[in-house]
Amino acid sequence: MIKHLLSMNQLSAEDVARILDTANSFREVGTRVIKKVPALRGRSVVNLFYENSTRTRISFELAAKRLSADVINFSSTGTSVAKGESLKDTALTLQAMGADAIVIRHPSSGAPYALTRWVTGNVVNAGDGTHEHPTQALLDLYTVREHLGHIDGLRVAIIGDVLHSRVARSLTFGLSMMGAETTLVGPPTLIPPDAPVWGAEVSYQMDEVLPKLDVCYMLRVQNERQQKQFFPSVREYARLYGLSRERVAALPEGAMIMHPGPMNRGVEIASEVADLPQAVMEEQVTNGIAIRMSLLYLMMSDA
Amino acid sequence: MTATRLMEEAEIRRAVTRIAHEMLERNKGSEGVVLVGIAARGDDLARRLAAEIERIEGTDVPLGVLDITFYRDDIGLRSEAPELHETRVGFDITGKVVVLVDDVLYTGRTIRAAMDALVDFGRPTAIQLAVLVDRGHRELPIRADYVGKNVPTRKDEIVRVTLTEVDGEDAVLVEEPA
Repeated sequence: MIKHLLSMNQLSAEDVARILDTANSFREVGTRVIKKVPALRGRSVVNLFYENSTRTRISFELAAKRLSADVINFSSTGTSVAKGESLKDTALTLQAMGADAIVIRHPSSGAPYALTRWVTGNVVNAGDGTHEHPTQALLDLYTVREHLGHIDGLRVAIIGDVLHSRVARSLTFGLSMMGAETTLVGPPTLIPPDAPVWGAEVSYQMDEVLPKLDVCYMLRVQNERQQKQFFPSVREYARLYGLSRERVAALPEGAMIMHPGPMNRGVEIASEVADLPQAVMEEQVTNGIAIRMSLLYLMMSDA
Repeated sequence: MTATRLMEEAEIRRAVTRIAHEMLERNKGSEGVVLVGIAARGDDLARRLAAEIERIEGTDVPLGVLDITFYRDDIGLRSEAPELHETRVGFDITGKVVVLVDDVLYTGRTIRAAMDALVDFGRPTAIQLAVLVDRGHRELPIRADYVGKNVPTRKDEIVRVTLTEVDGEDAVLVEEPA
């Protein structure tokens, strides 16, 4: 297995299949009374989070703890980072303390890569700027494979704020690697100009895409990253690109609805749609723990 | 590589039948007994033992399968993470006599890992061990309660059990190192 996971592009289709298969075993562990195995006993995993996060940080923390690793949570507030310490010095400090793996989330794209130059342990990208979020893509692939039995040949649309979405990039790479067809959908202002080289189709008309889909993947409108006005109003956005009850009716029978969370109910997804049985957001969260256990286990158990 | 055949299909079948009888005798029937096979091949042997018990006593013994990979003591010492198998223990083992089933007993480290894994599922009254082949060279204070065949080996030899379910034929082979 690879030493660091920075981008989905580092993985081969075989690697992805292995991570997904191994996650199956860890999902079984999650159903036991004692949801813990001693696989990484004595190792330490540092969660280094320079951005707010609830689900990803807790998911990595639970994953490491269920593998019996020691977990240190380090966030940018209330620590030496708030005093102005650079990423490099923080990394060297963690290195000196003997961290075996560092899970990093950072507002700057490429920060996890920089980290790999300063530490000897494994580095996992838990989201860097608008670049990538590979473990989210892996858990989404796992959830899709769970539900539909396979990934190759599926038609998937990733809809919304593609421009600011690291999830969209990682997931598109992962889907095309596994043989699915991806269409990126959103207003022209929120589709990155380099989208064609991701290996995906682009559409600005959500209603044309919906009737052909196996998976309808909604993205969060990332207000915190939008530094200028990308659409006239939230109401207009919701009308043109929000997943309403009427649009769900246009989806084929059995199509899945996914969202990486946190959701803006009433913006990209109608509140009643988020609660439909074909919306699998809670499963995505549960599977996230198994996928992260699988990844940490495979990366850290190589000699 | 030269391979010597130690057990054939008929001998394996007789050994499984004898172990089933010994188990029933020792535990005074199949009441409260559950079988847990260690993947891979221990689970297939456990299934055969369960079928034998069914034939002899007419009772269904609960059957589980355990993958001990996450409980190994050599994680990080091997170049690659080992292949995983399914774990399925669909019943409560608390208060039961658990018979662990494996194909070959060698260093005892797999059994140590399996016992660690088992106690995460509950508190059995007792854990017993059934193996098709005991080849010696223990590195831990562990012994089997039921043994198909004791086979003296050298440490550098490889003992391989093949079963119809996974390998297409029943046999026990000893292979000389290359």
